Amino acid sequence: MKKQFDASRKRYTLCILVQDMPGVLSQVARLFSRKGYNIESIVSGATDRPHITRISIEVMADEMMIEQIAAQCRKLLPVLAVKVLDSEGSIHREIALIKVRTEDRDGREEIIQIANIFRAKIIDICRDSLTIAVFGTPVKNDALIDTLADFSVLEIAKSGTLAMERGADTIYQALQDMD
Amino acid sequence: MKIRSTQAILECLLEQGVDTVFGYPGGTILNLYDELYRYRDRIRHILTSHEQGASHAADGYARATGKVGVCFATSGPGATNLTTGIATAHLDSSPVVFITCNVTENLLGKDAFQEVDITGIAMPITKATFLVRDPEEIVPVMRQAFVIAASGRPGPVLIDFLKNVTAPSQMVEYAPVPAILQGDRLPEIRALRRRLSAPQPDEDDISRLLELIQQSERPFLLCGGGVVRGRASAEFLAFAEKLDAPVAITVMGGGGIAGDHPLSTGMIGMHGSHASNTACAECDLLIAVGCRFSDRIATDAATFAQQAKIAQIDIDQSEIDKNILTDLHIVGDAKAVLFALNARMEQMNHTAWKEKIFALRPAEEAAPSGGNLTPAQIMDTINRLAPDTTIFSTDVGQHQMWAIQSIHFHYPGQLLTSGGFGTMGFGLGAAIGAQAGFPERRVLHLTGDGCFRMNCNELATVEHYHFPVVTVVFNNGCLGMVRQWQNLIYGKRFSETTLDRGPDFVKLAEAYGLRGYRATTAGEFEAAFRAALDGNGGAVVDAVLNMDEMVRPMVAGGSPVTDFLLD
Ligand SMILES: Cc1ncc(C[n+]2csc(CCOP(=O)(O)OP(=O)(O)O)c2C)c(N)n1
Ligand SMILES: [Mg+2]
Repeated sequence: MKKQFDASRKRYTLCILVQDMPGVLSQVARLFSRKGYNIESIVSGATDRPHITRISIEVMADEMMIEQIAAQCRKLLPVLAVKVLDSEGSIHREIALIKVRTEDRDGREEIIQIANIFRAKIIDICRDSLTIAVFGTPVKNDALIDTLADFSVLEIAKSGTLAMERGADTIYQALQDMD
Repeated sequence: MKIRSTQAILECLLEQGVDTVFGYPGGTILNLYDELYRYRDRIRHILTSHEQGASHAADGYARATGKVGVCFATSGPGATNLTTGIATAHLDSSPVVFITCNVTENLLGKDAFQEVDITGIAMPITKATFLVRDPEEIVPVMRQAFVIAASGRPGPVLIDFLKNVTAPSQMVEYAPVPAILQGDRLPEIRALRRRLSAPQPDEDDISRLLELIQQSERPFLLCGGGVVRGRASAEFLAFAEKLDAPVAITVMGGGGIAGDHPLSTGMIGMHGSHASNTACAECDLLIAVGCRFSDRIATDAATFAQQAKIAQIDIDQSEIDKNILTDLHIVGDAKAVLFALNARMEQMNHTAWKEKIFALRPAEEAAPSGGNLTPAQIMDTINRLAPDTTIFSTDVGQHQMWAIQSIHFHYPGQLLTSGGFGTMGFGLGAAIGAQAGFPERRVLHLTGDGCFRMNCNELATVEHYHFPVVTVVFNNGCLGMVRQWQNLIYGKRFSETTLDRGPDFVKLAEAYGLRGYRATTAGEFEAAFRAALDGNGGAVVDAVLNMDEMVRPMVAGGSPVTDFLLD
C-alpha cells in the first residue's frame, strides 16, 4: 500500500536535537529555504543534556513535504533526533513583548486591565509607554495583541514557538543509535 | 608522538591507503604542499590545469576504483573552482575528500586576500564540511572525513584548514592507526561508522517483497546507481536471473548488469528504450534498486509505472517516497538486501511477459555503412575495437546518451558519467582520474565539441603524466542536445547553439604534444581510432558528424515514459 499523505497545508513544528557546533543552525535552516519554504519561527536553546541544543522550527507545509524535510534533517551529521509535531498532539508556547504608547492615565489603566485578563505582566512602565510580557499559546498571545490594536502599539517581539509532545513521551526516544 | 600538523594530514592519508591525490597549490595551502614535497615518494600528486579538472579527476578515480578520492586546492578561487566538481560528486554519490586551506585565524572574516567561506558554500553539496581551527582537531577530522565519505550512501566531504593550523611550527600528537583498525580502536570512529552505515535489511520486509514477487505476473527490475556504488552487481545478477524479468538500467546504473545480458532491456527514461519504457508502463511490480526516480527516469511522476506495485530498495531513508510513492521499501545496502533476498527466493518464470517486452528490442545490427560518419558507426567501431575492460568516461549531451545506449558495460565503475548534475566538462578529468587508478586499463573519453571546449586544458595533464587517454570528440558543430530540443520543441530557433568556431581539435591535440586524428567517414574513423589506440600516450580523434543527428528515442520531460516524441 502506498502511504497516504495529508495534502493540506498545516502548521507543523519540527523539533530537532543537535550537537552544539558551528554552522548547525544554518545547515538545518537551509533545508527549508531550498524548498522555498518560509520559516514561521525558529527557536534554538539549551536542553537538560550538555552540548545538546534543541531547535524548534515552525512552518506551514503539507505532510509529505514536512516528512521529507525531517528525513533530510536526520541525515545531517550534527542532528541527533528529529520529531514532527502537529498542533493536536503537542503543546506550544511562546513569549511576546508588546510595547504600547499610553496617552493618559485612563488609557494606561485600561491596558493594565486587559493585560491582567490575559495574565500578562507589565515589565516596564514610563510616562508615555508601557511594555507587556505575555507567555502563552501563540493563539492566546495573538488574541491579546488583537485586543491591544485599539491602542497605539509601538513594537512587538515574539520569541518563536517552543513545542513538546503531550504525555510522557520525549524526543529522546527518537535519538538515533549513537553507540 | 609529536609531528608537524601538515605531516599529520599526510599521515592520515597514508593510513587510509591513499597514494594518489589531485590538486593545485596556492598561497594558503603552501605549507601542506611543502610537506607533500617530503612525502613525494609515497604520495603521488597529480597537478591538473584547473581545480575543476582536479575535482573531476578525484571523483573519476573514486568512481572507477571504489576507493575514496582526494583533492587539494588553495583558498578563494581555488576553492570555488572545486564547487562544480563537488556538486557533481554529491549528486552521483561519489566518495571524495576535498581539502582546502583558508586564511589565518586573525584574518578570518575580514575579507582577506583570497578568503572565501568555502565550508558555507559547500554545505549544500557535501555530506559534511569541517572548518579546522585547532591543530588538535586535524587527526580526528581527517579520520572522520574518510568514514563519512565512504559509509552508507557515499559522497563528498570538505575540510578547510586555517593556514595557521598548518604552520610548520604547529606540532600535534599523532599515533598511527591503520584505517581497518580504526573502528576497533577509536570509539568515535566506531560510533560514526555505525550511525552512517546502512541498517541490516529487515527480514519482514524481505518476506513482504518475496510475497509481492510471488503474486506478480509482470515484474520489472531497475538497476540504479546504488548497484554500481555498492558494487552489488553479482548479487543483482543472481536476483535478476531468479526474478526472470526484464531489467533496465538508469544512467547511473550502467555497469550494474551486463548490457548484453539476455534480460537487459537497456536504459529507461527520457532516452530509454521502447522495451524498458514499455515494461515500466505495463509491469505489475517494479523493483528499483539504488535509484531515486529522478525526473529523467520518472519523466511524469503521476503516470510512472501506473499499473504496478512499486518496491524501492535504497540505502538512504530520505529517498523513500521522495519522488515516487512506494508500496514497499527496504532501506539497506544493495548488496546486503539482494543477498538476503536471493537466499530465500525461488526461481521464477515469466516467459510470456519477457517475450512480449523483448520483442520491442531493436535487432542488433551493424550501422548502415557509407556516407558521412554517423554516431551509430562510431559506436559500432568503438564496441568492436575497445578492449572488454575499457573504462568509458563521457561528458554531457547527445554523445553521452549515444554512448550509454549502445555500449554494453560489464562491471561497476566501467562507466563514468555525470548523471545527476549533468556537468559538461566532467569527462576528461574523470578519465584522468580513472587512468591514474588503473594505469594498465584502456580509458576512453567520449565527449562533444561543446563539452571538450570547456575542459580541454586537461590535455596538458594527459600529456605530462603520459596517460594514454584517448578522447573521441563527437564533433557535430553544435550543442547537440540543446539543439535537439530546439529542433523538436522550440520551432527550430537555434538560439546560440551553433559552434561554428575553432579550435581545430587535431591541431589542439598536437599543440598539447598529443596525437590528433580527424575522421569524416566510417572508414576514416576506424583507421583513426585504431591508430589512436595503438600509438603511445594520449590522443584525440575528431569525429566529424552532421549537426542534425538526434538521440532516439526521446520522451519530453513531463510526459509519460511511453509518449515518445521521437521513435
Ligand atoms: C556546465 C554546463 N553548462 C550547460 C549545460 C547544458 N547542456 C547540456 S547538454 C549541452 C550540449 C553539449 O554539447 P556538446 O558537448 O557538443 O555535446 P552534444 O550534445 O553535441 O553531443 C548543454 C549546453 C550543461 N549540462 N552543463
Ligand atoms: Mg556537439
